[in-house]
Amino acid sequence: MKKIINHVDHIVEEMLQGVAHAHNDLVHRVGQTRVIARNYEGKGKVGIISGGGSGHEPSHGGFVGQGMLSAAVAGDVFTSPTPDMVLDGIKAANKGAGVFLVIKNYTGDVLNFEMAKDMASMEGIDVEYCITDDDIAVEDSLYTAGRRGVGGTVLVHKILGANAERGASLRELKALSEKLLPEIKTLGLALHAATVPAAGKPGFELKEDEIEFGIGIHNEPGYRKAQLRSSAEMAKEFYDRLKSAYPLKSGDKLAVLVNGMGSTPLMELYIFANDVYKLLKADGILVEYSKVGNYMTSIDMAGLSLTFLRLSNGQYLKDLREPAHTIAW
Amino acid sequence: MLNKDNALVWIATFADAVIAKKEFLSDLDAPIGDGDHGFNMARGLAAVKEALVATPPQTLTDVFKTVAMQLLSKVGGASGPLYSSAFLAMIKAIDNKETLTNEEVADMLQAGLDSVKMRGKAEVGEKTMIDLWTPAIKALREGQLNDSVIDQFVEATAPIKATKGRASYLGDRSIGHIDPGSYSSGIFFKAMLQSGVLG
Repeated sequence: MKKIINHVDHIVEEMLQGVAHAHNDLVHRVGQTRVIARNYEGKGKVGIISGGGSGHEPSHGGFVGQGMLSAAVAGDVFTSPTPDMVLDGIKAANKGAGVFLVIKNYTGDVLNFEMAKDMASMEGIDVEYCITDDDIAVEDSLYTAGRRGVGGTVLVHKILGANAERGASLRELKALSEKLLPEIKTLGLALHAATVPAAGKPGFELKEDEIEFGIGIHNEPGYRKAQLRSSAEMAKEFYDRLKSAYPLKSGDKLAVLVNGMGSTPLMELYIFANDVYKLLKADGILVEYSKVGNYMTSIDMAGLSLTFLRLSNGQYLKDLREPAHTIAW
Repeated sequence: MLNKDNALVWIATFADAVIAKKEFLSDLDAPIGDGDHGFNMARGLAAVKEALVATPPQTLTDVFKTVAMQLLSKVGGASGPLYSSAFLAMIKAIDNKETLTNEEVADMLQAGLDSVKMRGKAEVGEKTMIDLWTPAIKALREGQLNDSVIDQFVEATAPIKATKGRASYLGDRSIGHIDPGSYSSGIFFKAMLQSGVLG
């Protein structure tokens, strides 16, 4: 393992200190907690918080700021923050109008955030939440813990954040999330697994000419190993699955997010994005909004994820285009 | 008769056994989870031991309160909130009593189990700690609980196909592996037997 670290046990602490110093114009760390909060937060506005294990940078602290999150909670690497850490985040974000939690669908995250919600309720803070589950690589929630929350979660931060900024209530945000989440679908692929520092070696092995379709953001296995192929062919594999998952039709409008997993160059992300745009164009599907870059990474995994958000409501596009003052949007 | 003193022995025995087996527990977790169950539980239980020494509990309830709060803040993952939920529910069931009969201990554990089921939205047969707690409490009520039946309950989780937690994503590939949460729960019930809580 080659990493620029001092000690595996100090990674999250030192990263948080670095973030708080580097971006003190936008965010600050709340005391000695695991919480990164925005510097300016309007009174009487609903707070929005997100978080999860560390290793997904710039998620989630990178999306804290005006127009997006109020605060983000950083757990240990690939480990959910504990309920007391999340409670610190809820308290930091609470300006009297309640706090909305954006939780990615992982058993640990859901349990710890729900427990924090219960603890906050006991302290008289009104809390609602949504659980993102955009990864369509995992199929049946009857037989599993359900679809995982991955890259598309960032779009939820943006749209809910824009609405909260305009003064949406806690209940309105909940209702909005219920309409929004089914419109977001994601698939990820890996060329190389992530190395969790405490483990010291990649989470799974792929041969030199092998890729894995459908991976999660913590080295979870995907739906199929395959031979390495061209970007256009990888794009086609995901495009067909995403298209039929809705299904999409000519004239539909989309926001498209091509997200890097940590160690894939932007150059390759743009090549892949270009292939996706061609496929969409051929089917008469309109790309109204695009993002290409590292938004929800998996430490040093090589690979990417492709997220579609169907713009079934014209307001989603406006919300995406609203300015946001964060580290990474 | 469960009281403050043997509760402390129970928790210390549980903590020492988990800490001694942390590598083994994490190895059980590696093929079907994320390979950290032993490390997480050992970290939490080491904190429990420290906290019980730093602030010696005055009552039976205090013992479990310290356990619940330390596990809540130190374990993380899924097991932290599940175990701490169990202890928080057990505190309610103790209802500030200072001693509990065997039957009351079983009721207390049942309250813990109910809380785990509610928090984890899981039932028997999904390859989780519930598959250890459920038969263990039943055996306790029937006076049949001993180390070897606990081992059998742990072993019985291997053929189950996981439908909850991270193991569920493996589908059929989860079959054949012992559930790590059931194993650590087995240690918890064995520790109870060793600590003189019953009888």
